[in-house]
Amino acid sequence: MTATNSSFPTSAVATLEARAITCVRGERELFSGLNLQVLPGQCLHIRGENGVGKTSLLRLLTGLASPEAGEVLWNGHSIKKDVSEYHSQLLFLGHRDALKEDLSALENLRMYAAIDGVALSEQDAFNSLWRFGLKGREDLPVNCLSAGQKKRVLMARMLTRRAQVWILDEPFNALDSHAVVELQGLIAEHLENGGLAVLTSHQPLAIPGLRVLDL
Amino acid sequence: MNAFITIVHRDLLLVMRRKSEVLTALFFFVIVTSLFPLGIGADTALLRKIAPGVIWVAALLSTLLGLQRMFAADYADGTLEQLVLSPNSFTALVFGKVVAHWLVCGLPLVLLAPVIGIQFDLDAQSLKVLMAALLLGTPVLSLLGSIGAALTLGVRGGSVLMSLLILPLYIPVLIFGAGAVYASSVGLDITGHFSLLGALFILALAFVPWVSANAVKIAIE
Repeated sequence: MTATNSSFPTSAVATLEARAITCVRGERELFSGLNLQVLPGQCLHIRGENGVGKTSLLRLLTGLASPEAGEVLWNGHSIKKDVSEYHSQLLFLGHRDALKEDLSALENLRMYAAIDGVALSEQDAFNSLWRFGLKGREDLPVNCLSAGQKKRVLMARMLTRRAQVWILDEPFNALDSHAVVELQGLIAEHLENGGLAVLTSHQPLAIPGLRVLDL
Repeated sequence: MNAFITIVHRDLLLVMRRKSEVLTALFFFVIVTSLFPLGIGADTALLRKIAPGVIWVAALLSTLLGLQRMFAADYADGTLEQLVLSPNSFTALVFGKVVAHWLVCGLPLVLLAPVIGIQFDLDAQSLKVLMAALLLGTPVLSLLGSIGAALTLGVRGGSVLMSLLILPLYIPVLIFGAGAVYASSVGLDITGHFSLLGALFILALAFVPWVSANAVKIAIE
């Protein structure tokens, strides 16, 4: 039995939009007047050299950082207006895995479900871990898992989070070729269900509905 | 509310998996307070007199030892970002972390206090007052400390800076906490001390979680 992407409350006008945003890190202006729009079923692949501001852009889109100028909109409203409504629809995975090393994969999943306010049954949690090849490793502390296996725990979290917006920073790092295909499948499934995704990656991707933004 | 309980539970679980970190702070408290009677000798009148101050100062310092851990680990592995992005109120989650810190670093001090007090030849009445004062005062230490821990997130040599920031804020708690025990030992009224400790507690409870939450958000940005 495999777990599949569960549905989330889709709103009719679910759009993630950035209007004329400017990002400054320290003294340096990384980009200015950047516009972008992502609709349900679309995946935006952000490319660019190291240090060009890919991660900074993702953090602006999550609301973790605020743009120097311009604004980020969700469903036509500034994300600052109702932060908790936006965050209830958002999953952000940065390049640090945010997993607690001393807790098991299952405990990590359940902890995040409670913090994100998502109902997660024991069976769903097991199914999502099994789907990504972690059968038999559910109760191992995460520090006993390899880098790729930790990524697989994150994939299980993507599945159980039921968020409409996925913002992923280098999600394909440390994955073997089989897992890369699996993750692309997971993202495609998410888009099919009316979700939208923004991600950075240095490798070419084969996901339907993919658009590329070169920074 | 559910998320708040999850955070408290998670932090306690993490402490149980890494007991050494917490035990260090508790042993520090026990050892520092035991060194004074050993160093001063059997002058019971003097010991009784210095007991409130010594026990309270040791409590402040051992609280400080555990503070560094409050946000640093979550900051380093990216968990703090995930907590900010939770649809639940981040202030509530920060408050959960403060509560967990108190349960681990504050409550044990309250429970250990009578044992420590006996070394200083405190009478039963003073021991009761000492426990009550610690019970009301240590949550204030955890709350105020969370501001320092949040402000020094990601700063190199943050723990020393945090001590410099936080210890002055601990002075009122020290004065009224130790004062209550001293007043009771010489037969003075202690309600004033407890009212002021209570007022500090309520004030800290009302404002500190919000202040710390915002300080953490700034550190993450």
